[in-house]
Amino acid sequence: MNGGQDLGGMMGFGPVRPEADEPLFHAPWERRAFGVTLAMGATGAWNIDVSRHARESLPPGEYLTSSYYAIWTKGVERLVVQTGLVSPDELRQGAALAPPAPVKRVLRAGDVAAVLARGGPCDREPAAPARFTVGDRVVTRNLNPSGHTRLPRYARGKTGTIERVHGVFVFPDTNAHGAGEAPQWLYTVRFDGREVWGEEADPALVVSVDAWESYLEPA
Amino acid sequence: MGAGHHHDHDHPHDHEGSELSPMDLRVRALESILVEKGYVDPAAVDALIETYETRVGPRNGARVVAKAWSDPGFRDWLLRDATAAIASLGFTGRQGEHMVAVENTPDEHHMVVCTLCSCYPWPVLGLPPVWYKSAPYRSRAVIDPRGVLAEFGVALPPQTRIRIWDSTAEVRYLVIPMRPAGTDGWDEERLAGLVTRDSMIGTGLALSPEAVAA
Repeated sequence: MNGGQDLGGMMGFGPVRPEADEPLFHAPWERRAFGVTLAMGATGAWNIDVSRHARESLPPGEYLTSSYYAIWTKGVERLVVQTGLVSPDELRQGAALAPPAPVKRVLRAGDVAAVLARGGPCDREPAAPARFTVGDRVVTRNLNPSGHTRLPRYARGKTGTIERVHGVFVFPDTNAHGAGEAPQWLYTVRFDGREVWGEEADPALVVSVDAWESYLEPA
Repeated sequence: MGAGHHHDHDHPHDHEGSELSPMDLRVRALESILVEKGYVDPAAVDALIETYETRVGPRNGARVVAKAWSDPGFRDWLLRDATAAIASLGFTGRQGEHMVAVENTPDEHHMVVCTLCSCYPWPVLGLPPVWYKSAPYRSRAVIDPRGVLAEFGVALPPQTRIRIWDSTAEVRYLVIPMRPAGTDGWDEERLAGLVTRDSMIGTGLALSPEAVAA
């Protein structure tokens, strides 16, 4: 979706401000928000693409004025209500008014190390050969779905070159909407900076995105 | 509030309500209901936090880079199959399931961003700093990387190609910075001390021996 998350090429946010000796968390609530977000992800009530879509669905004005852990918190709040795990009243009160709904798993402290070490690989066995190979010229489609996509606006309708073929990966655009993993070949597509940003761009700039096969057509 | 404390949030106003921000209250309410409903084990939340506060961070990535600088066979493996090479040092898992390493040269400087969210290689770099997730970095890394680099105090020759990797999928990128001059004969541990987090994102360079000695 063309939401507040799709920031590549926007202007007016000011300089990047690196922080010397930055702490991992800037407030006590941030560390709880981080842990709660991961723990809820581990229940299997939703997948990573669903959670990314919940975050990017915040109204742009709210997204752009929320800190990152606030965005995560608001995403979890939306998801627990959407999935029926918590009612809006329960969320407001911070107390249960109805019995819990079943979840697939509950992450226990003793399992945290193993679960993190295992991660969540999202490569899948290929069912068909790759359409493109390294060096192929491709053009990205001009897609503007109202749902989740991982093709940024700045990289739509642009001509580039296949640089890497990563294998077959879960397709976020379907997986975020309960439409299945629908795995597709995934490529790194590189673009000359001038193709993306015009003739005034730095001639020594090259930008790439990782793009699923259905984002691409032969150039 | 330290990890492991205050899991009973029933009456936060009794003792410290005046100091709690709206986000403190909001996250407490969220955790409380999720714990009460049995979806979240607060001890698991503690363990998740503790993992990234104490065990997983950019020192892991520095070990990978130092080994690549020291061992040509490992460097080749890292460039060919970063996931396996990095796993051989014990760094695996969440947000590093599919790793690619890219190597800086005098002709080409790599820099990594996630314009759409905050994708970052956790097993080797830990959790991302705030600036990496911020609108200024995510908006400008792809269109004005030299301006961004200047804000990190990095100036590259104009002919150096700047190669931006936008992490739009589940592949996570690790930059191998150039090995600083004057480090011949250094062992991996000493070399790792020159490898900063930012140098592995591409917003910095590895430290010089002089910078470490100073």
